[in-house]
Amino acid sequence: MDSHGIEEVPKQGDVATGTTILACEYRDGVVLVADSRTSTGSYVANRVSDKIVKLTDNIYACRSGSAADTQAVCDYAKRFLSDYAIQKGRPARVSTAAHVLSSIVYNNKDNLSVGLIVAGVDDVDGPQVYSIPLGGTLVRQPLAVGGSGSVFIYAMGDADYTPDMDKDAAVAFGRRLVSHAMARDGSSGGVIRSVVLTGDGAERGFVPGSELPFSLEGMADGLAKAVEEVAEHRAAGPSSSSSSAGAAAAAAVASRG
Amino acid sequence: MAAAAMAPKLSASSSTAKELTTHPIVTGSSVLAVKFAGGVMMASDTLASYGSMARFPDVQRLRQVSDGVIIGASGEMSDFDFAMRLLDELRVESECAEDGAELDAGEVHHYLTRVMYNRRNKFNPLWNQLVVAGTKDGKPVLGVVDQIGTAFEADFTATGFGKHMAVPQMREHWRADMTEGEARELLEGCMRVLFYRDCRTINRMQIAKVTATGSVVSPAYSLDTEWSLKSFKKEASPEDGSW
Repeated sequence: MDSHGIEEVPKQGDVATGTTILACEYRDGVVLVADSRTSTGSYVANRVSDKIVKLTDNIYACRSGSAADTQAVCDYAKRFLSDYAIQKGRPARVSTAAHVLSSIVYNNKDNLSVGLIVAGVDDVDGPQVYSIPLGGTLVRQPLAVGGSGSVFIYAMGDADYTPDMDKDAAVAFGRRLVSHAMARDGSSGGVIRSVVLTGDGAERGFVPGSELPFSLEGMADGLAKAVEEVAEHRAAGPSSSSSSAGAAAAAAVASRG
Repeated sequence: MAAAAMAPKLSASSSTAKELTTHPIVTGSSVLAVKFAGGVMMASDTLASYGSMARFPDVQRLRQVSDGVIIGASGEMSDFDFAMRLLDELRVESECAEDGAELDAGEVHHYLTRVMYNRRNKFNPLWNQLVVAGTKDGKPVLGVVDQIGTAFEADFTATGFGKHMAVPQMREHWRADMTEGEARELLEGCMRVLFYRDCRTINRMQIAKVTATGSVVSPAYSLDTEWSLKSFKKEASPEDGSW
């Protein structure tokens, strides 16, 4: 249902795109996080892609959708914003970058499959995150998620996001959400790439696929063990104190991270 | 809308009962198997997917039919459970005869082939690729049967993505006199590639082994993976677009 209370009509060929991308504002800037899987059907064409693209020194975008379309659109925007800065004598604002991209996506909506999250910092409005979904709508949000994996983390974001995190907390938050999405979405996976923007250049981060904050395999193993421990406590009978059983179960559950 | 995108596509036909059996819903990916000196080794991951979603991460896709026979399944998991029930009914019937005779792998494979082919003829298939293994007179036995009833025996097999990514490796490295350790190494190498390149996998696998002395299915474990090569870490340069 959109805001008019009219149910949306799904468009022919409307497709959620194989990726998980995220960007959010934090106290001193923005954080962009993405997975690294490019898939064609069920085949992983590239397991270490870089989906975070630089538009200007202080504005980056997360790409989801057709690789060709997003590359073409972002290449154009990058060039446009570079010329813009020369003409204006000052760097482009985040809002400008977001509007350039959204108008390309909107005016070519029949021919493009592009989902972008634009994030950056400028000296007029500070840290900003803009979502540009498939139809070319432009929406500013403190936290934005996108791609097919995003459905698995809307609730997590709703529950856990706050706008005043520090850098480490924000990066850890973004990586944790993306790793949960990567666990459940078959079209997302690989490594986690991140970019932190403060208005003073970019700081790139990398988490190998063997060190993700959350993994389905890790959870399944931890859960199997925790279930066994709870069963043992039940088998021990009512003589074992309920508080120790509860504490042991809670510890086992917590350890499965 | 987004949730519908992840779920497997269903037909809009009104006779959904029959249609559903031609559209697998909860599916397992590849099963690999190789003969070695004295037995057969099989591998699969422990994931059952729901379309593109990794929905059930702790599923037994390798199972013991009996002491001498192991079976692995790709495809629709509910159909696999049904096939296992049929095999169990066979076993009960056989035990009632009280003659100590048990179905061996070749017989199980043959029975399943008849079942699969007959279901296919009635347009109500069991949507699986089943891999059956055991031994006969000390020699390894390995057979495959799929949802249309195609059946054959082989020295090494794979289903699903494994056909594309594992079989070439098996062709390169397989020998009839492989040791258990070599067979396991070969299977793990194949499973690693599948984890890298098949969207419908997780890094949590099991190995099953059958020899003349019995069969066993291992607990689940994970493989080491490589993600930190320099060329992987480097960010996209302006020229390459880095799809």
